[in-house]
Amino acid sequence: MSETVADVSALIIQTLLANPKVPRDISGSSKIVEDLAFDSLAVMNFVMEIEDSLDVSVPLDRLADIRTIDDLANCIVSLKQGD
Amino acid sequence: MSIFTKYEPLARSLAAVTNGGGRNPFSVVIDHPVSSTVGVIEGRETLLFGTNNYLGLSQSEAAIDAAIDTLRTHGVGTTGSRIANGTQGLHRQLEERIAAFFRRRHCMVFSTGYQANLGMISALAGKDDYLLLDADSHASIYDGSRLSQAQVIRFRHNDPEDLHKRLRRLDGTPGAKLIVVEGIYSMMGDVVPMAEFAAVKRETGAWLLADEAHSVGVMGEHGRGVAEACGVEDDVDFVVGTFSKSLGTVGGYCVSDQDGLDLIRLCSRPYMFTASLPPDVIAATMAALSELEQQPELRHRLMDNARRLHAGLNAIGLRTGPQASPVVSVVLDEVAQAVQFWNRLLDLGVYVNLSLPPATPDQHPLLRTSVMATHDAAQIDQAIEIFATVAREIGAGH
Ligand SMILES: Cc1ncc(COP(=O)(O)O)c(C=O)c1O
Repeated sequence: MSETVADVSALIIQTLLANPKVPRDISGSSKIVEDLAFDSLAVMNFVMEIEDSLDVSVPLDRLADIRTIDDLANCIVSLKQGD
Repeated sequence: MSIFTKYEPLARSLAAVTNGGGRNPFSVVIDHPVSSTVGVIEGRETLLFGTNNYLGLSQSEAAIDAAIDTLRTHGVGTTGSRIANGTQGLHRQLEERIAAFFRRRHCMVFSTGYQANLGMISALAGKDDYLLLDADSHASIYDGSRLSQAQVIRFRHNDPEDLHKRLRRLDGTPGAKLIVVEGIYSMMGDVVPMAEFAAVKRETGAWLLADEAHSVGVMGEHGRGVAEACGVEDDVDFVVGTFSKSLGTVGGYCVSDQDGLDLIRLCSRPYMFTASLPPDVIAATMAALSELEQQPELRHRLMDNARRLHAGLNAIGLRTGPQASPVVSVVLDEVAQAVQFWNRLLDLGVYVNLSLPPATPDQHPLLRTSVMATHDAAQIDQAIEIFATVAREIGAGH
C-alpha cells in the first residue's frame, strides 16, 4: 500500500533491467536520458509500464523535472500520497 | 561551443541515413506535379504513393477555377488575424459550409490543421483540467498539450480499457477531463475504435475531441469520418480536421455543437496571433468540399484501391498493418534496410514516405505508403511490382 521511495526505486530498476539494452550497473542516481540513452518516447513508454505496476498516472509535465531514477521514485511516491 | 552543439546527435543520425550515397529522405523535391498521381522527381516521372491527397482533389479543376476567380475579385491575402482585420465574408461562409457538412452548430477555421489542434487543445484544457492523450498522438496534439496548462496523461494506443483505468484513477479529482483521439492514425493507417471510446466517455463524464484529419472524406457514408462510420457522432464533442489531406488545400478547423466555441476565438493563441487563410484557398476548399459531397464514388474508389494495395503488398511477403486503409505502411526491422529500400523504390520510379523512429510506433522503421482515389489499377500493380523487385534485391520480407 504505502511504498517508500527505496521500494519504488528498486521496482523501477528491476523493470529497466528486464530490457537487455539497459546497462547492468544502474542505480537510483542513474540519469534516465544520459545514462540509459533513452529518447523522449522511450522514457514515456517506460514510465507507462511503471504506472501500471504501481497503479498511478504520472502527468507528462511532471516528467520534465525528472532526471534520475530516484527523482522518478520520489515523484511517484508523492503522487500516490495524493499530492 | 556553438548554439547548434546540442544537435550533434541529430547530425550523426542524418549522416547515418545518407552515408553510402543515399538521398536525404527529408529533402525530396517534387519538381512539379504532372497529375494527382504522378510528379516529376529528379527529372523523371514518378508514381506518387506518399501523399495525403486521398481523393486527388489538389488537382481538382473546379477548385482551381474557383481559386482563380476569387484571386481576381479578392486579391492574394488578408494580412491580418481572424479577430482583427483578417475575417472576410468568405471566412464566415466557409465556417458555415463546414458546420453544415458536419451537421454541427459551430465551426472555427484555423490557418492549418496543426494550429487547429494547438489552438483547441491549449484553450479547452485549462490549469485545473486533465488531458488524456492516445500514446501515438500526432505532434500537433502533443504540442497543444504543452501549450495548455493542464495535466497530461497518456493512455495506450487505441486501448479504451487502458483509458478507462486512467480515468478511474482520477475519480473524485476536480477539473474537466478531455480525451483526445484520432480517426485514422497517420503512421500505420489503423482506425480508432470510436464506439468503445465513446462508451468510456459517457460512463466517466469526460469530454471527447476527435482529430479526423486522415478520415474525413475517407470514412463514413457521407465522408464525415470514423465517428460517422461508427454511429457515435453525438458523443464526440469536438471534431478537429484539416483541409490539407482529402480536400487538397491547406487550413484547419474545429466543429462542435457547444456554444462555448465562440469564446475560444478570444482565448486561443494559435487562432488569434496569426494571419487568416487567403481568399483563393477558401474558394478552392469550398469547391473541393462540394466535390467530396457530390462524388461519393471517390471514397469507394479510394477504399477499393486501399484493399488492392494492402492485399498486393501482403501477397509479396511484406509486413503491413492488419487493416486495409488509405495508409498502408510496410514495417521493416532495420533503419539501414528501410533507407536502402526507400532509395531503390525512388530509383525505380515510386515515391513513398520513409518514416523513422522515434516518429513511428514500436521503434520500427516504416515505408509509409498511401493511395488515392485517382490511382488506377495499373499504377497500383506497377508499384507493387516494384516493391517486389526491391524486396528481392535487398532480401526483405519473407
Ligand atoms: C493527425 C493529424 N493531425 C493534424 C495534422 C496537421 O494538419 P495540417 O497539415 O493541416 O497542419 C496532421 C498532418 O500533418 C495529422 O496527421
